[in-house]
Formats: sequence, C-alpha cells, structure tokens
Amino acid sequence: MGIHHELNIKDHLECFRTDDFKQMIKNKREKYEDWIGEDKVKEIAEWTKSWEYRELNFKREAISINPAKGCQPLGALFCALGFEKTMPFSHGSQGCVAYFRTHMARHFKEPVPMVSTSMTEDAAVFGGQNNMHEGLQNTIALYRPKMIAVNTTCMAEVIGDDLNSFINNAKEKGLIPEDFPTPFAHTPSFVGSHIVGYDNQMVGILRYMTEYFEKYGVDNIDKYDTEEGEFYKEGGLLNWLEVNSKGGQTA
Amino acid sequence: MGIVVDKETALKLVEEVLSAYPTKAKKDRAKHIQVADVGETKCLPKSNVKTRPGVMTVRGCAYAGSKGVVWGPVKDMIHISHGPVGCGYYSRAGRRNYYIGTTGVDTFVTPHFTTDFQERDIVFGGDKKLTKAIQELNVLFPLVKGITIQSECPIGLIGDDIEAVARQTAKEIGKLVVPVRCEGFRGVSQSLGHHIANDSMRDWVYEKKVEGQKIEPSPYDVAIWGDYNIGGDAWASRKILEAMGLNVVTQWSGDGTISEIANAVKVKYLLVHCYRSSNYLARYFEERFGIPWVEYNFFGPTQIFASMRKIADLFDEKIKERTEELIEKEYKPRLEKVIEKYRPRLEGKTVILYVGGLRPRHIITAFEDLGMNVVTTGYEFAHQDDYERTLHYIDKNATIIVDDATAHEIEELTKKLRPDLVASGIKEKYQAQKMGVPFRQMHSWDYSGPYHGIEGFEIFARDVDMAINGNVWKFIKAPWEQ
Repeated sequence: MGIHHELNIKDHLECFRTDDFKQMIKNKREKYEDWIGEDKVKEIAEWTKSWEYRELNFKREAISINPAKGCQPLGALFCALGFEKTMPFSHGSQGCVAYFRTHMARHFKEPVPMVSTSMTEDAAVFGGQNNMHEGLQNTIALYRPKMIAVNTTCMAEVIGDDLNSFINNAKEKGLIPEDFPTPFAHTPSFVGSHIVGYDNQMVGILRYMTEYFEKYGVDNIDKYDTEEGEFYKEGGLLNWLEVNSKGGQTA
Repeated sequence: MGIVVDKETALKLVEEVLSAYPTKAKKDRAKHIQVADVGETKCLPKSNVKTRPGVMTVRGCAYAGSKGVVWGPVKDMIHISHGPVGCGYYSRAGRRNYYIGTTGVDTFVTPHFTTDFQERDIVFGGDKKLTKAIQELNVLFPLVKGITIQSECPIGLIGDDIEAVARQTAKEIGKLVVPVRCEGFRGVSQSLGHHIANDSMRDWVYEKKVEGQKIEPSPYDVAIWGDYNIGGDAWASRKILEAMGLNVVTQWSGDGTISEIANAVKVKYLLVHCYRSSNYLARYFEERFGIPWVEYNFFGPTQIFASMRKIADLFDEKIKERTEELIEKEYKPRLEKVIEKYRPRLEGKTVILYVGGLRPRHIITAFEDLGMNVVTTGYEFAHQDDYERTLHYIDKNATIIVDDATAHEIEELTKKLRPDLVASGIKEKYQAQKMGVPFRQMHSWDYSGPYHGIEGFEIFARDVDMAINGNVWKFIKAPWEQ
C-alpha cells in the first residue's frame, strides 16, 4: 500500500478539512447562502433541547420524521428471498423495486434479485394485466426461477388490480405453465410496515403451496432457507461457481 | 486482462446475450444495444422508452429523479416525501450529497420527512394531513427556508390538489412551498422526474421571482449547474473555477441553498455538468434571461484541461492567462505524478461501465487517462441527445453501448467480455464481486470521492487501482481464471 502514501492522496475524509477548502466553503456561506449565522443556529439548537420543544414535538400528528419502518413490499421481498430459487415479483411501478434492491443490497452485501412489472401511466388507466403477463413470461425465460412470489405496491393497490385473476388468466391463456407455482399477496404500502408485508407474503406462500402440494405433490420445492446467498438463480452464479447450493455453504 | 473484441465478435456476443429473451422482448431489446466504432455518428440505441416488464431493470422512478437527484440536495429546504412511508425510507441519505450545516436546525438534507399515508388518507385524501404537516414543520424547524412536496404514486391516483395546499400554506407560513408532481408511475425512468423537478423550479422559484442574498455583480459570475456534490464533487469543481478567477454564485443543487438557486438569474454563464438532469432549466435560462450555458467535464486531466480552456475562452485575457498558468504550473505536474504511478499498474485493463446521467460518457476519458479501455458503456435513462454526445467520446472500436440494461445483460456481458473492472451501482456490485470481478460503484463513488476535479482524479486513480490490484483478488479467482 506504499504507493498511496507516496502521493499523499487525501480523499473526502481529509481533503475538505484542509485550509483551502475550509476557506472556500466559509466564503460560500457568507457571500451566497443567505445564512442566518452561527449565533442564531446555536440558539435554535439549544431550544430544540428544551422542555418546550419536547412538548411541541409530542404534539405533532401529521409529519413523521425518520420513521424506522419500510413499507409492505419490502417485507414481501424479504420473505420471498428465503425460498429457494424463488423470484420476488412486484406488481406496480419499477422505482419501488430499484429502491428495495438497493436497500437490501446495501444491508446484506449480496445481489438481490427482484423484478417489477414496470407499470406507467397507461397501466394506471387500463390496469396492469398486460404488464403482469409479459412480466411473468420474461422472468421465467430470463431467470428460470422455480417459483415466482408476487406482491403489489401502493400503485397497483390504489387502482385495484386483482392478482389472483391476473395470474389465473396468464395460466388459462397458456402464457406460463399451469403447474408453475405463483403464490401472491396483496401488500399495500399504506397499511402497516414491512413486518406486515413479510407476514402477508408468508401467509400467501403457505396458503398457496398447501393447495399446490395437495395437487402436485411435494417434489417441486426443495427447501426453505433464510441464508441470503442461496437464491440467486437456477443455473446462475452459484452453480456456475460450482458451489454446492444444497449445502448452505456459500464460501 | 479483459478481452477486447472486434465488431463482428461483439455483435455475435450481443446476439448470444439476447437469445435468452422471449420473442417480443428480444425484438425490443435488440434495438437498445448497439456496437459503435470510432467516428460513428448514426449508431444510436433506442432510448427513453418503457422498460419491458419482468426483466429486472436497473431504472428507478420519477420520484427518485426529483427527490433523490434534483431537489433533495437543496439543503435549507425540507423535502416532504408525500405519500406512503417506503419511498422516503429507502432513499434516505442514499446519494451522498455532501453539505455543510447543522442538520435538523438550519440544514435538512439527510433526515426523512414523510406524511406516512394510511388507508384513511388514500380513501379521504391527504390534503388536510399535508397542510398540517407543513404547519408542524414550520414550528419545529423555524430556520427552514422553504418546503417542497415530493409526490409519491398514490397522490396522482387519488387526485389530491397539492398545488392548492402549496399556495395556501405558503401564504400562511410566509415561506416558499413548492408542489412537485413526481409520482413514480409517471414516465419511463428517473429522467422524467428530473424534468418535472426542473419545471417546478421554473414555475415556483424563477417565475415567482424568489429573491436571494444580495451579491456584488461582477463579469465573472458563473453557476455550477447539475452537480450534486456526491462525496464533495461540486466543491472540488468550485475550487478549480475559483482558482481560475471566476465567482461561483450558485451550486445547483449539491450543497445548494434556495438563495443561490434564486441568484442564478444574475450570473453570466451556466456551467452545465450533468446535462441530462439540468438541461431543461438551462434552456429556459437561455430563452427567458438570455443566459447562455456551456457543458464541461471535470473527470480526468484530459477533459479537465480541455474544459478549463473552454470555459476560460468565454472570458477576458486575464482569466485565460491565469487558466494557462494554473494548468501548466500547478495541475499538470500534479496529475502527471498520479498517472506516472498508476498507469503502469492499470495499462490495458478493460472496464464495463453502466451508470446514468452524464457518467457513462464523461468517465470514459478518465479511464483512458489511466491507460484503461471502456469496452461497454450504457445509460439507465438517457435520451437520444446523450447517445449522440456519447459517440464523440468513443475512441475504441467495437464499444458496446447498451440502453436500460437488465441484470441478465450485465451478467452475461461480464461473463463474455471478462472485464478487469465493472463500474456500476450497488444493485450490480455483489453480482460482479461474487463472480470474482473487481467492482466500483459509480453512483456513490463507493463511499469515497470526490471524483471531480484535481483532487477527484487522484482519488479516482487510487480507488480504481485498489479495486483492481487489491490483494483480496489473490484469494478469489474469476471462473475463467480457474
């Protein structure tokens, strides 16, 4: 690591603490930011520690600040990830899925698969059935999951999309195999939190799979495992790395 | 060492990657992937259209473009995530927009403010709750300069009138209140969110003639436009511009304030870094106030020096002389030392670059300054004009350009091209690393930075070297090396 020391490269942790930058930022504050000034900031900061502020804070009803909860679909994703070779499938806008994947990847430091039906304005007007149908086909073709666990987002809930009929229609039309397991759960973001979403998806999967096993037997699904490294995709990374995906060891 | 292919092979690779898709999706995706040679002008991927469902896109939504990118870094305003709790929770403090201030007292970038919609708000509407929320914020945070209402999906669907709330509460609290209609289902990606945020700033800040701090006008006043201060980027850029003798009146919007944003109407030039997210307002400035805009690129010495000269050319001899002196005497020797150190360690290494905004083209030359080749580049949400600009930057034959890549495509291209580095986002990071391929996040600079400017290039070179030549790779091998 000697090479870095020779050049004495300062990154964000240090370089903005050097005098040039400190002076530059101070100058910006004074000349352009219309800043209230240090005295007033200190005064207000002190006030926020007062009893009066505490009472005002407790009285607040409409605004939540830094709530420690996510929304239902995140829980649904987390639940689905625990089942082997299961693709979490979110019916609604695609931005939600980008956020879930980012959030989970940051936390677990693992790749987090989840697909979206990428609904936009037209789906908001006409419903998301077409998106759902093409989404199911694309997911099965590209990622070869053994099960797809469907959940909704607030958008799909507000416009009232019916997962059960959409999925059944896809099977009736022959777009996906009749015996492909597709458990689902309605997970509106404006009810409860990610905890409720986890429960809803778990109930959804258990209810669906109970009937499924009665109909098709138990051979199709291997196991349930909360180990994050298990899921990626069949024939995908893990097999490709020749890691024994049954053993629970992901090296 | 990564594989460098010719055009024929590249086309064949792309064909193989696409073969996994069902017919309809395959036909569509084929139009989004092009293989470009040097000097090519016509080979543009299809862009800015709807993502196919179920393919695992990397794209986000309009809310991400407005709250996360454009409005979010404005530090003395509170940005309410109006709707259910999730969107604000996941996007909280995720983008590393650095700022100076006392958080929760006079600055409000990182906390998450939300109206946390419940079922009753969906059924009966959320306007009353929003009004109350704004009143409460004004009491608890008396130093806040203004409030923006960042709409989430349900707001547009249930037909709330946030504009009326904004007008009414603005009068009540005597501060700026900006409604932003950036519901996530609007448009096909973040890009529309940028546009909506630009438009809301136009209508509620500039058209309403919001005043900033009084400044002494000078012929050297400029604004940094479209720099979000990721890891301190805008500060590193500002340092160069100030050293050239210019006055940076506005940082839009990284470490920015509403005063600076309002004062932008007084500058002589807008210096545009992220064209994609800020060109709408830049064009408006040109038409409405006659303020011209110039694009620049502060990644890597080649582009930094070219951009400095381009900017200096807009001003008088004094500035030009100072700029030349600065480049020749200070910056060039400093960066030559960096290149001397790192280039031998990185020469010939190949990169797959897949980001958004401006970086898929701007960073290409920074990699080349280190002797590396970008074999694939791509944007999440670019438009045709971005791809036209990208072709100017391509100086290696058979560069694959991919629009709105899916997880499948990135993985397959990585397997086939065997790059020495994948540079993309957090969602792609562990996919690459688990394949034994070095990775750097190019959205958040992988918790490092800044990467703009002189300091930026030093850190960039160090980080890329650490990623590729790090000792950890001695213990894990990519499958093709086993």
